[in-house]
Amino acid sequence: MGSRRQATGGARQDAVAVERRTRNKGAAARPSALLSREQKLELYYWMRLTRTLEERLVALYRQTKVVGGLFRSLGQEADAVGSCFALERRDIMSPLIRNMGAMLVKGAAPLEILRQYMAKGDSPTRGRELNIHFGDLDRGFIGQISPLGDMVPVMAGVTLSFKMRGQDRVGLVYVGDGATSTGAFHEGINLAAVQKCPLVVIVESNQYAYSTPTWKQTAAKQMVDKAVGYGVQGLQADGNDVLAVYDVTKAAVDHARSGGGVTLVELITYRRKGHAEHDNQSYVPDGEIEWWAANNDPIDRYHGVLLKELGFTAPELDAVDARVRDEVDAATELAEQSPFPEPHDALQGVYADPAAETPLWFREGTRAAVERNERAEGWGTWDAKSGKGA
Amino acid sequence: MGDLGRQVGEGRMSEITYLEGIRQALFDEMERDPSVFCIGEDIGAFGGAFKVTEGLAAKFGDERVIDSPISEIGIVGAAAGAAHMGMRPVVEMQFIDFIANAYDILTNYVATARYRAFLPCPMVVRGPSGGYVRGGPFHSQNPEAGFIHTPGLKVVYPSTVADAYGLMKSAIRDEDCVLFFEHKYLYRRIKGELPAGDGAVPIGKARVAREGKDLSIITYAATVWKALEAAEQLEREDGLSVEVLDLRSLAPLDDEAIQATVRKTNRVLVVHEDTRTGGIAGEITARISESSFAWLDAPIMRVTAHDIPLPYAPQLEDFVLPQTSDVVRAARWVAAY
Repeated sequence: MGSRRQATGGARQDAVAVERRTRNKGAAARPSALLSREQKLELYYWMRLTRTLEERLVALYRQTKVVGGLFRSLGQEADAVGSCFALERRDIMSPLIRNMGAMLVKGAAPLEILRQYMAKGDSPTRGRELNIHFGDLDRGFIGQISPLGDMVPVMAGVTLSFKMRGQDRVGLVYVGDGATSTGAFHEGINLAAVQKCPLVVIVESNQYAYSTPTWKQTAAKQMVDKAVGYGVQGLQADGNDVLAVYDVTKAAVDHARSGGGVTLVELITYRRKGHAEHDNQSYVPDGEIEWWAANNDPIDRYHGVLLKELGFTAPELDAVDARVRDEVDAATELAEQSPFPEPHDALQGVYADPAAETPLWFREGTRAAVERNERAEGWGTWDAKSGKGA
Repeated sequence: MGDLGRQVGEGRMSEITYLEGIRQALFDEMERDPSVFCIGEDIGAFGGAFKVTEGLAAKFGDERVIDSPISEIGIVGAAAGAAHMGMRPVVEMQFIDFIANAYDILTNYVATARYRAFLPCPMVVRGPSGGYVRGGPFHSQNPEAGFIHTPGLKVVYPSTVADAYGLMKSAIRDEDCVLFFEHKYLYRRIKGELPAGDGAVPIGKARVAREGKDLSIITYAATVWKALEAAEQLEREDGLSVEVLDLRSLAPLDDEAIQATVRKTNRVLVVHEDTRTGGIAGEITARISESSFAWLDAPIMRVTAHDIPLPYAPQLEDFVLPQTSDVVRAARWVAAY
């Protein structure tokens, strides 16, 4: 128990130390200093939208309108939003389960996310996949799958294609601290490093993989240390400071775009909700969640920065909050009206060719199966033993 | 045409090996379509463990014939990502046995990409497969059955030069992922001519390798040749007319061709080199039972490898794997039933 407290307490201190480091840098040298006033407000909008949409999903979950599990990113909104904000439209991003904010930045609509969670027939995957497991190459995001780490080699290939075709595009892939233990993560980042692919690998150190704390996940002192072993640039930032997240990711993206290859970016944050909504977090030491909620909430922090350091007014921020509420209300209303999938649609699109599978014989009535099996009289009855027959 | 084209392409009227057929198809497709590229271990300067890709790096450059780290997950995943973006990757497994390392990413990611995410994933995973070569437990496997079980993957396993060439062309052009099993015993033992013209062989179509009316042997890959040997012996010694159906594609299976031969001869022997339990012969048997039970005059019987990891010593390997004499013995039993 003592070591567990110490480990998570250590992470808390890390975050504070990193914050101090990033804050101490000259403000002018930071890419975020070049963001327009509108863009700075936009960062706030995406974070607020992430949180409000997730809160709405919780309400729908409790009404049993969310068919499967619900995954929150409470407390991690800055790491998702600030990092994805450093990408251009033409770049490709692959999110993980706590990166709804990154998907919103990339153009995913709240309506799409609501329809996904509610398993509607007009959801982006037509009811085939859950939650935020969806993508759109035109808007530049590729949906994740559940086996962790797999998106790293996939994004190595996406960015390899950029390199092969001489395209000015960058890829960004998110993994959690748990996924760094997988073989897929290792093989993907190693291949991308060798090929000098324009890829940013973001490791969100949110201190827990389901119930497993990071110190049971790796003996490395910090995730950014792993960059050394792969021969890639390693950067680290306070994941709850949206401007620091933007700064560090922008540096990594610029590095990739200029031919420098892979960067491993560690963002230190904290997962305040369980793995999914069902998870009661019994494994978390007392007071830990409350500490982060009270002292290190990314939206509270940025709200304060906007008011105290960046010259925004409370009515301006309140207006964003109101706009977000209206948008989520409108999207919810539409999503509720969406139809459920037509069952036969399940047979469509496993392959390009054939375009659809056929229903099995017991679904079309058994008569046809019997008729198909009937043997024509006097045909194919040659007897091998006697040598008689057709 | 470059060096390789001269070496193989202009020699189309003369005989080439099964391996050269595969190489020629890679060459032709890479030349036809700049989005086709190869990635794998030791496939560039060295030309691959069996030299299938020999000459390709010299012709097309290191960027299109990529020497990769030892990373089956990495190269299959990277192929998928590149395929999403419009490339047509061909991944080499140095030995197909190592495809097990990529099982997750192939079955969970690649196979589901189109269905769950509408992501195109046109890619080929190819590699030397099969036994009879004293390769031992990790250089002799036939893992195809593990993949025909996965919706979203296509699986082909040619036995002739023309099919090796033609199916590789179709595999590269297919809009989905095709696993291309190459039988290493056939690499340099089988020779044949390439057909005139494009020569692409459609995926999902079986081939009648020998016509017959008394008994059907349904098989694929190296055991096609054992079945043909057995058929000749049975005709010579027993006067039996044996039909041999070479499946060529294992996913999708050619149900029409299977039904046609069953309904023609009414007696069926299914032969494969893979192990017995969970092997494709079981699936074929079930399909025949469901579609053509009334047409059978004898039980459907299987000749397969024993359910044993493939051993190294010739005496052991030959005992475990199905031999021509086994096919002859089994065919006599089915014919006499």
